[in-house]
Amino acid sequence: MGRASSLPLNLWDGATGNWVVSFGTQHFLIKRRGNVLELVLISTLNGVLYGLLLFLMASGLTLIFSMMGVLNFAHASFYMLGAFVGYQISKWAGFWPGLIFAPLIVGGVGMLVERFGLRNVHKNGHVAELLFTFGLAFVMEELVQIVWGKAPVDYRVPALLDFSAFTIFSTNYPAYKLFMLAISLAIFVGLFAMLTRTRVGLIVQAALTHPNMVAHLGHNVPLIFMLVFGVGAGLAAIAGVIAGPALVTQSTMAGLLGPILFVIVVVGGLGSLSGALVASLLIGLLQTFAISSNVSMADLFSFSGFAPQPNTILNDLWRVSVAQIAPILPYLLLVLMLIFRPTGLMGNRES
Amino acid sequence: MIASSFKRRATFALAAITSVWCGAALAQDTIKIGYIDPLSGPGATVGEVGLKTFQFLVEELNAKGGAAGKKFEVIGYDNKTNPQESLIQAQKAVDAGARIITQGNGSGVAAALVDWVNKYNERNPGKEVLYLNYAAVDPILTNDKCSFWHFRWDANSDIKMEALTNYMKPKTNIKKVYLINQDYSFGQSLRTIARTMLKAKRPDIEIVGDELHPLLKVTDFSPYIAKIKASGADTVITGNWSQDFALLLKAAADAGLNVEWYTYYAGGTGGPTAIKQTGLNHKVFAIVESFPNDELPSARETEKAFRAKYNTTVLYPRAFNEMRMLAAAINKANSTDGAKVAQALEDMKFEVYGGGEGFIRKDDHQFFQPMYIGSFGDIDKAKEPFDEEGTGWGWRQIAKIDIKDTMLGNTCKMTRP
Repeated sequence: MGRASSLPLNLWDGATGNWVVSFGTQHFLIKRRGNVLELVLISTLNGVLYGLLLFLMASGLTLIFSMMGVLNFAHASFYMLGAFVGYQISKWAGFWPGLIFAPLIVGGVGMLVERFGLRNVHKNGHVAELLFTFGLAFVMEELVQIVWGKAPVDYRVPALLDFSAFTIFSTNYPAYKLFMLAISLAIFVGLFAMLTRTRVGLIVQAALTHPNMVAHLGHNVPLIFMLVFGVGAGLAAIAGVIAGPALVTQSTMAGLLGPILFVIVVVGGLGSLSGALVASLLIGLLQTFAISSNVSMADLFSFSGFAPQPNTILNDLWRVSVAQIAPILPYLLLVLMLIFRPTGLMGNRES
Repeated sequence: MIASSFKRRATFALAAITSVWCGAALAQDTIKIGYIDPLSGPGATVGEVGLKTFQFLVEELNAKGGAAGKKFEVIGYDNKTNPQESLIQAQKAVDAGARIITQGNGSGVAAALVDWVNKYNERNPGKEVLYLNYAAVDPILTNDKCSFWHFRWDANSDIKMEALTNYMKPKTNIKKVYLINQDYSFGQSLRTIARTMLKAKRPDIEIVGDELHPLLKVTDFSPYIAKIKASGADTVITGNWSQDFALLLKAAADAGLNVEWYTYYAGGTGGPTAIKQTGLNHKVFAIVESFPNDELPSARETEKAFRAKYNTTVLYPRAFNEMRMLAAAINKANSTDGAKVAQALEDMKFEVYGGGEGFIRKDDHQFFQPMYIGSFGDIDKAKEPFDEEGTGWGWRQIAKIDIKDTMLGNTCKMTRP
């Protein structure tokens, strides 16, 4: 492989729309593959939607984590429970009652869990709490399997929203996804308004950063904890109800999304709702755009005039594309964040 | 809830009492088959249908008196599509008295099971276990990793791709092909052979994408569909199965992706419903050993009975060949001894489920049979009675691949006991 001896010369082949980049005697053909703008737009929409869905769950988790110091392993299970309860109600009464009642029911379950489970365990310290939520996640998965079975259930998009809302270039965008976007945004706005504009919100915010001080001021902190836990579970349930028909409603759905939520809480920063939003969108977009990319290490290096020979050691590693490693990118971010910025993007305290 | 859990408890108690009474007698008198496949999680949709198929077959064979004077019994073991878990379940099945295990979903699982069976049989002479594979199609299982104890009833991936690419060869509307497959041994071997065969048969075709995604973990394929769309592909080739196929097509339907699909497993649970949503009428193709609408009268009767009982299509005609041949082999050997049954199976010729004669090749224990390509779309209800999943659309056979055209070579060097 010869080193580049002259400046790269770029040629655009107007007939095919391809670029030819030349380094000395090396020529590289960069193919124009379809409509890049279309891909970017659709990927942005998909990424934002996925991010907002993550935020619905992460917002509850980060509130609970910041206030009570409990890393709630069962949080994604409330998301799953929400999807199944929503599915059951939709069978009896249609999708819309499910959207309203399922989060209320799951929120109620969350409050009961806090009042009669977590509050008792709390006396024995954080490790006991952690183990409690860890066990709870398994119990909930088993219970859901006993009631609804192990196979995915047929949770349908409501007929009212089963059409394509608009077309970008030639790609349709389903109305239901637009609805998901709208619901997620509305909840974020509502939550933010509640936390910054109401008395309850102010107490919660205070408890986020100075839990002991709030208790000393005479507020009923256990009641606030119970409410926050319930609201968190309810938010996760809303995510479950709206994601259930679009994705797959099955008992393993908690396990698939759970770990990502912890990444968001850490990346966003402890005690910061806006941090959780930014981190959710970041991870949603990161994963979606990573999938759209075909670049591999070998491609990057080939621009420097050096290309790894085929069939050398680590050949596979060189040629793995970004799309293939998309699923591990959030965890890479988690590790880097913990090393270089333990407080997260917008967090202001360490514990 | 309360009533049903009480009923369940009562049934359980009753079952426990019955098993105490006649458990010991039954245990020796049945030929136990350990069915090791996903019965929970994303693979469960097809795993459940597989278990029902084997239960249906056990009833059919037992009604005819079983084999060698014994009745068959199938027990389901949930492997969660996980190789490690599969080995635990295989051990459980053998501990429960099964000397035959069967599995189909996932070549990664299959490879682990082949190794396990080889080791087990080496350590337990006289108690050999047979592994009957009804659907794991990675070619390696009858080539480099072939085993005397393993038999495969599905055509391997290379055979299927050979047939699909032969069919694609004269179609001039195919110009840009996109490959999307699951990231494990089967998906990787499929993409490699697809590239090689397309290059040889249609060098003018441009491969505009070659994607591998995590196995049974993706719940929203929209980003992948956006990428396919942006590539300008007119044709997609995929080996995706179960949820990975149904969700891929669901996302394609949402985005309005208009391409032709060449698949191995479009017929799997959830697949037909998703295809109907895309509105791609006779533009989704699959390769199988038989389609319900083009079968012999006998197979049509079976299809009817199966649908009446389980409200689902016969997804695995090959399982019928597997179990009926197993019964024939046990009768021929007049024994359930693993080695003797295996010897009886080698070279066996058999009238297959979909019609025509098939046989097991002794060299590598691969079963050969005529294969068919079908397309999915609207059907003539008078002549084609079977639709799929209540969509009103069904499969129509469009090409037959004779048995001689499915006979690829092999590199198997089998050690015989």
